[in-house]
Amino acid sequence: MNQLLTNFNKAFESKARLSLMSVLMVNDSLSFNAFKELLGLTDGNLATHLRALEEAGFVSVQKQFVGRKPNTTYTATDAGRQAFTEHLNALEEFIKGI
Amino acid sequence: MHESREHLQTLTEIRSLMERSSKFLSLSGLSGVSAGLVALAGASIVYTRFRWQTLLPAPYGDRITSQLPGNDRTFLIGVAVVVLALALLSGVYFTIRKAHRQGQSVWNNSSRQLLRSMAGPLLTGGIFCLALLSYNLIWLTLPATLIFYGLALVSGSRHTLRNVESLGYCEIGLGLLTLFWPGYSLLAWAVGFGLLHILYGLAMYYKYERSTE
Repeated sequence: MNQLLTNFNKAFESKARLSLMSVLMVNDSLSFNAFKELLGLTDGNLATHLRALEEAGFVSVQKQFVGRKPNTTYTATDAGRQAFTEHLNALEEFIKGI
Repeated sequence: MHESREHLQTLTEIRSLMERSSKFLSLSGLSGVSAGLVALAGASIVYTRFRWQTLLPAPYGDRITSQLPGNDRTFLIGVAVVVLALALLSGVYFTIRKAHRQGQSVWNNSSRQLLRSMAGPLLTGGIFCLALLSYNLIWLTLPATLIFYGLALVSGSRHTLRNVESLGYCEIGLGLLTLFWPGYSLLAWAVGFGLLHILYGLAMYYKYERSTE
């Protein structure tokens, strides 16, 4: 049991982060506002979760301006994709073991 | 027990998020039906004026490829523009209506991706057809619109309901077939843009939407 759990990644523990990462797996990149609309989270809450993923090195951030408005987009890094896949595999193993 | 149901709920939500974020699912079946009806109306208007030229199997290179009088061409292009505008307007209307009912926005990441992936084939086809029209090749223009529209659907289907892909292949097949029976080009156009849209739209409407109305 403990051995299985070592592959669980702390960074994906909450439902919000699991959702964020899942969405980034199927989209090349997504803007902050698109995330907000999809997940219905508050600005602060969403920013915290995204920053946590960014600090873990799983998400890269691109900031640019569209006209005068700042536009922030997020992309899953290769490390993020790999970590997420391993996390899913661990979950799968865990469920199979029940 | 209670907890496992909660986890299952989370998984369902995440799956729906992944689908919604990458696919535009608000495309309404009624949009297809309305666009199809507009196309049929347009095709019948054209038929009443040109029936002997474009609908009957004519010998190759006879009347159908001969020079169209200028006012006939203006008439054809006029009908085409009105049909396109009405089909787009009605299609967009039903799709906006569906999106609102689902509580989703129409202009989002997935609809932009859908439009972007369709734009290439559509623009190429549009310019190609304008060139054909400028040579008066009406019998070639009609199947060409079917083929390029079909290609646009196939390319866009990645970003919306998967069934759009089969509609695309039907349009392409019909267009290619018509190249060998140019006398039937108007009929094929009416089937492709009219009948197929209506059938596809009704099928989608009954499959995905009727239950939520």
